[in-house]
Amino acid sequence: MSAMSNVNWDRRTVLRAAMGMAAAGGLAACGGNTGRSSSGEGLTQYFHAYGEAGTEQAIKRYAKAYKEANVTTQWITGSNFENKLFPALLTKNAPDVFEFHPQLQMVTSGQVADLSDIINPVKDDFNPADIASHTVDGKIYGVRMIDDPQFFYYRPSLFEKAKVEVPQTLEELIEVIDKLTTSKVKGAFLGNDITPVQSPLIWSAGADTLNDKNEIAYHTDAVADGLSQLRKLFTSGNLLLDAPADWWDPSAFTQGLTAIQWCGMWAMPVIQKALGDDVGIFPFPKVGDSGKFSVTNGGWSMFVNAKSKNLDAAKEYVKWLWIDQKEYQEDWALSYGFHIPPRTSIAQSATKLKSGLPAEGVKLFSEYGHFDNIAWTQSMIASVNDVIANSVRKGGSPEASLDACDKKVNAELKKLFG
Amino acid sequence: MSTTTKLDLTDAAPAKPEKARPRRSLRANSTLNFWLFTSPFLIGLVIFVFVPMGWSIYLSFFEARFTVSPSEFIGLDNYKAILDNPDFTGSLVTFTVFAAFIVPTTWALSLGLALLVHRLTFMKAFFRSVFFIPTAVSYVAAALIWKMSIFNGVRFGLANTVIGWFGVENTAWLANPDPPWYWLVIVTLRLWLQAGFYMILFLAALQNIPAELYEAASIDGAKPGWQTFRYITLPQLRATSTAVILLLLIAAYQAFDEFWNLLGKATWGQPPLVELYKTALGESQDYGQGSAGAVILTVLILIITLFQGKIMGFGRGEESK
Repeated sequence: MSAMSNVNWDRRTVLRAAMGMAAAGGLAACGGNTGRSSSGEGLTQYFHAYGEAGTEQAIKRYAKAYKEANVTTQWITGSNFENKLFPALLTKNAPDVFEFHPQLQMVTSGQVADLSDIINPVKDDFNPADIASHTVDGKIYGVRMIDDPQFFYYRPSLFEKAKVEVPQTLEELIEVIDKLTTSKVKGAFLGNDITPVQSPLIWSAGADTLNDKNEIAYHTDAVADGLSQLRKLFTSGNLLLDAPADWWDPSAFTQGLTAIQWCGMWAMPVIQKALGDDVGIFPFPKVGDSGKFSVTNGGWSMFVNAKSKNLDAAKEYVKWLWIDQKEYQEDWALSYGFHIPPRTSIAQSATKLKSGLPAEGVKLFSEYGHFDNIAWTQSMIASVNDVIANSVRKGGSPEASLDACDKKVNAELKKLFG
Repeated sequence: MSTTTKLDLTDAAPAKPEKARPRRSLRANSTLNFWLFTSPFLIGLVIFVFVPMGWSIYLSFFEARFTVSPSEFIGLDNYKAILDNPDFTGSLVTFTVFAAFIVPTTWALSLGLALLVHRLTFMKAFFRSVFFIPTAVSYVAAALIWKMSIFNGVRFGLANTVIGWFGVENTAWLANPDPPWYWLVIVTLRLWLQAGFYMILFLAALQNIPAELYEAASIDGAKPGWQTFRYITLPQLRATSTAVILLLLIAAYQAFDEFWNLLGKATWGQPPLVELYKTALGESQDYGQGSAGAVILTVLILIITLFQGKIMGFGRGEESK
């Protein structure tokens, strides 16, 4: 018999043992997945789940290579990264480092740290538009990791078969989509809720989200007319809707469910692998008489939580990974999906982007790309989402939808700028 | 072989019976036990329910954008703002209509299933499990199955394949609000997920109805079937029905997961909780206005619950029925 059998298990002993186990459990929890280590600082970083294979492993590999701190990665799946990030930033478990898009309210509410001191020495090597989109009152609040142009992918063979040319205007696009639609293949896929093309529609109509004075600039006749045309397209039956994978995934295009798809440059390797040379790209066509071609420049940036207990260590890590480690930056931009490196020196040496379709993507990005406007916040974007929902999908008046949007955006602008 | 432990009897027991040791009264022990067993839950309830509720009420009177520790008192401005938000007020109206439909539908379906399963003479446990298992599926997982496999808009979606057999073209079930097929998706999902749980409640209640009642009714000439159901079964299920309707009403206003996952960036079919989530935890990060909406929704649910309780006699004693 073991010695344990001789223990007198009275109530006190049981209580003592239970408390001991609870304490041990607590200590074990402290040493769990917190990112803290006995040597050096512990940092936590948030990433949304990228669709390209190998990205999660890459981010964790970079973090592991950093010797000054133990960096834990939270790889957040699902399509609502901001809904997980924003509440987390209010808690003690907020990430020290996180990726997001430049947003003015995060600066005004003191959620993101000024990174000017680490970026300024290499500022000239960054795309000036990327620097501008992260700057408020001369201070730079984030490091751009990747630029992600978004445009239309199409199948030249299907265009040839339908005897149509690459459209130059929204009217032509609607006609082309009509001619490409068959009983098996829909003409185009603009995302299940059509919101991915809301900003290009504004830019292609010769308008902008906000003007230089941070006033509403999207509410124009041309934009309202563009919304009416999108409504016509939506009701034509020629759009692919309710696809199992949404617009950021090229499955609908590669599986032959659609002849044209709005998607990002990140999907280019997968699309080329599936369709070979039978792939072309074109920007969002002109809307109205004063229209211009447009390409959305998405992309992601690294930010440091200004309230982090490890602020200096977090800044050091961001500097190490996204400023000093050019090899990792190039790997991140070009080894999985295709992204344009925001560092000029890396972009210029990126041979994968020098020829063929990738080079064309870079050209469209350079000629027609629209960068983030830090004052165009998530709340304003959501207000324009409602315009698409109400006027394009529900059939309401574009003017009335834009008026309702104005009310919400003006309230937001008032809160931001007074 | 006896398994009784033999006691050491070297110290013989005194001839005179020992006076009973003083013990804590049963009442004292009961009180101790009550607190011992309930306090962990009460502490959890206070920390995770009452404190957040109180904090939410506090926040609703403050300007609380991007913070839950605000300093600027703004009185009722958040209440005015949320009531001026057509998306929120519209969601309250929509979901009152939704509740008016889904509550009786789920009630009838779950009662129907319970009656069917109750009368089964074979494979009763099997069918009980079949109808109950969906209850164990998460709303998020079920919503994704409905959205991506059954009701997607491509030709190989299950629903589109079936309607295709009858020559009907592919339908966008969720992306297009006109016609509002999205309600079909939502209602079928909700019924699939909920009916089994309420069926179990009704089954338990059905098993508690004394057989003598049916025998007496039979002797008095009541016909089996509708007459027995109408005059015996249904009245005997009154307490359960009241509880089921109460739970269904609250669930209708608290709907979130499946709507969030099915409809995404829509402005229709949005439950109040989704609107509040967007206001407080989503793009706007306005915890003050979101809290004001939560208070309004809580009061609304309270009023409807009390009203329903008054009509159906929830909480009344058996004798008062």
